[in-house]
Amino acid sequence: MNKNLNKKIALSIAVLLIFVYGIFRIPSGLSGKALLEAIQQNIHLGLDLRGGAHLILQVVVSEAVSAETDNAVGSIQQDLKTANLGFTQVYKPDPNKPAVIQVDGTSQAQSSTVRSTLDNKYSTEYDLTGGGADNTWTLTMKPTAVSALEEKTVQQAIETIRDRVDSLGVSEPVIQEYGLGKDQILVELPGISDLDQVKNIIKTTARLEIHAVIGGPYKDEQEAMASSGGGIPPDEMMVHGSGSLATGSDADAVYVLRRQYVVGGSDFRSADPGTDQNGRRNVRFTLTNEAGDKFYDYTSKNVNTSMAVVMGGRVKEVANIQSAIRDSGEIVGTFSEDEVTALSKLLRTGALPASLNEIETRTVGASLGADSIREGVRAAIVGVLVVMAFMLFYYRGSGINADLALFLNLVILLGFMGFSTATLTLPGIAGVILTIGMGVDSNVLIFERIREEVRSGKAPAAAVDQGFAHAWVTIVDTHVTTIVSAAILFLFGTGPVKGFATTLVFGLLANLFTAVFVSRVIFDWHLGRLKPGEPISI
Amino acid sequence: MELFRGVNVDWLKLKWYFLAFSMIFSVAGLIAMGVHWSHPVGGVRSPVPLGVDFRGGTEVEVRFDHTPDINAIRQAADAAGIKDVQVVNYDDPKFNQVLISLPEQHDESQLDTGRQQIVDALHAHYANTFADSGIKVDVVGPTVGHQLETKALLATLYSMLGMLVYLWFRFQLIYGVAAVVACFHDTLITVGAFALLNKEISLTVIAAILTLVGYSMNDTIVVFDRIRENLRLSRRESLHDVVNRSINQTLSRTVLTSGLTFLTVLSLYIFGGQVLNGFSFALVVGILIGTYSSIAVAAPMLVAWQDWRAEQGRAVVLPAARRPRA
Repeated sequence: MNKNLNKKIALSIAVLLIFVYGIFRIPSGLSGKALLEAIQQNIHLGLDLRGGAHLILQVVVSEAVSAETDNAVGSIQQDLKTANLGFTQVYKPDPNKPAVIQVDGTSQAQSSTVRSTLDNKYSTEYDLTGGGADNTWTLTMKPTAVSALEEKTVQQAIETIRDRVDSLGVSEPVIQEYGLGKDQILVELPGISDLDQVKNIIKTTARLEIHAVIGGPYKDEQEAMASSGGGIPPDEMMVHGSGSLATGSDADAVYVLRRQYVVGGSDFRSADPGTDQNGRRNVRFTLTNEAGDKFYDYTSKNVNTSMAVVMGGRVKEVANIQSAIRDSGEIVGTFSEDEVTALSKLLRTGALPASLNEIETRTVGASLGADSIREGVRAAIVGVLVVMAFMLFYYRGSGINADLALFLNLVILLGFMGFSTATLTLPGIAGVILTIGMGVDSNVLIFERIREEVRSGKAPAAAVDQGFAHAWVTIVDTHVTTIVSAAILFLFGTGPVKGFATTLVFGLLANLFTAVFVSRVIFDWHLGRLKPGEPISI
Repeated sequence: MELFRGVNVDWLKLKWYFLAFSMIFSVAGLIAMGVHWSHPVGGVRSPVPLGVDFRGGTEVEVRFDHTPDINAIRQAADAAGIKDVQVVNYDDPKFNQVLISLPEQHDESQLDTGRQQIVDALHAHYANTFADSGIKVDVVGPTVGHQLETKALLATLYSMLGMLVYLWFRFQLIYGVAAVVACFHDTLITVGAFALLNKEISLTVIAAILTLVGYSMNDTIVVFDRIRENLRLSRRESLHDVVNRSINQTLSRTVLTSGLTFLTVLSLYIFGGQVLNGFSFALVVGILIGTYSSIAVAAPMLVAWQDWRAEQGRAVVLPAARRPRA
């Protein structure tokens, strides 16, 4: 036997061992149970097999755009005032166009100064038009700025959701952008079958904001509007809340607040639930340095005015500013215990930049998943056994060869799955079964070719050589074509389709090795042991 | 043991029978699709019955502890005021499983209410118990469903295009075209079978259809490879004879491989359970049709193309000019 063949045998066995390691790693024991546990630890099962929840959330990105322009409205007013430029109002004319800001009533004489003031600061993100005879200016957020903001919003939402899911202690969650639309997020939570609690934590926008109070509490919206002369100016808003703290009653009340918040969103650095000296539930918060300065500035100028704590679109507390506050404080409000705990958790993980819509939810109970595994695995085993039996029957001695190659193919495929982070899904099991089909095909192609060569009178060694040489071309063509289609599936497919493509690609790669290389090694080994003139068993 | 030794069938003589066979099945499929198209389900027009993945809607699969009573479940839903509920038994009766479906919820912010209502109604009005681990829920909103539909179609087209380009590069354009036409033929007939039997097309079925495209392509390439090889060996033989000989030479491999793959897929169809039912059905049909098409559609097309070129009085180019690289 030649040295080269020994090397090839060694290589085949080494590959086998490496992938067996991939499947089991170092098991705690050699009993069936310990081995099964080891497999379960290394091969990640998809949600359809082990149970869990799958959500697709759509980020309402227009909200983030709207919040951004709200901020800009405030700072434009500030800038114009600082530059001593007169104007009647800065507002957003159309609620359906969150990216458009309008400035009305500047003076004709100051037109060029207004233009340069606005251009200076806003031209990178906004297109400025107007400034004609009607002294009206329109700032429209540039499409590139809008899409950059939208992208940032989605990323920020992903980060926030991840923090929140982590705080729930879900193991191995998947949180990522979903392939179908740029504003969609895929959330996969293994082992969770009751979604309600999880969804509440994930989806709450629960933005905590502190706004200046313009007026209130009023009995209802009519009264609130009447108090500001029949209509609410665009830079103010009406917010409902229970008036218990401010008015001592539980009745619903309406406040008029300044639209732009003093502090809010990402201004909070930390928050902890607690109770105050009177035993009321409260949340103690700390602000970031920058926000602390802003807050100090505001509170020192507005001593003895009111500010309102708004959460989830409702006024939770109205407090009188007694002295300047810098970066820490406490909120006592009409909170329930759950709200206090959730609020502090949410403040710590940061607020969602926009609200989320569910557009798809799927949950699989763990016991249903387990049955799917059992059925899929049983089908796969039956399929493999039938095929192996047939190969032995049809190709006799060479059938052993094909069966060994097939077995090794499965070991490599599972080993691949063990080494990588790919998940095995139900369609993935189907991909395994298809791999078996392709593996058999390669062997059949080679064996049929060898038979043809033997029939045409070649000696066994030459027949094997020619058989492999001819079949090789076909095997490359068929495998590359199928890999091309599986790769396209992987690129364009979603969830289950991807799982299928993954096992198929791994399986085909393994198959190129086993059917062509290993099978050849076994043949060569067998040929080396044949007596001269003895025919090959095929 | 050997099957098909020294087979010598003139396959190309049978081409009119093949054409008739393909036409009958394609047209039957097309008619079934037309019928579906003209009977929209829940306002959605589609040539084939769509699963919840594409159609959108709510599907709750519940495994009860005892044999479920469909009528009692319907009454429970009525009592809770849930409209348009469909209740059917699902999978093997021994599992006590029921599939409850609701039509598409158009308001995406209300998407999840259907599931909640069903679970609440079952708890409130139906005495049979079930565990949380025995529930499977699919809620698909209109946005996702339609995106998936478009995506699945695109994926199929792209994968065919990818293979066409590869074959063009490895063989010649006409080989690629013939192979893709054969794949298209297989897809049409398989999808037609779903329409005829009123089986739903889900995401996993799409995976199966893409698999059968790859599989049918695989079969076709084996025959094409042999044609290319034979053309190089015997340049004086007519293409007609070369193609016949190539099909005959590869016949035993074709039947064996298809037979074995068919067996594995059949075991999937029989033992794989309800979840894999649509998937394995598509493959069972697809493998039969795919094997047939590589012999009866793809290879005859090569000959037909050359005959047509000859009739046009143009130079007959045997499609084997390029040597394989490997």
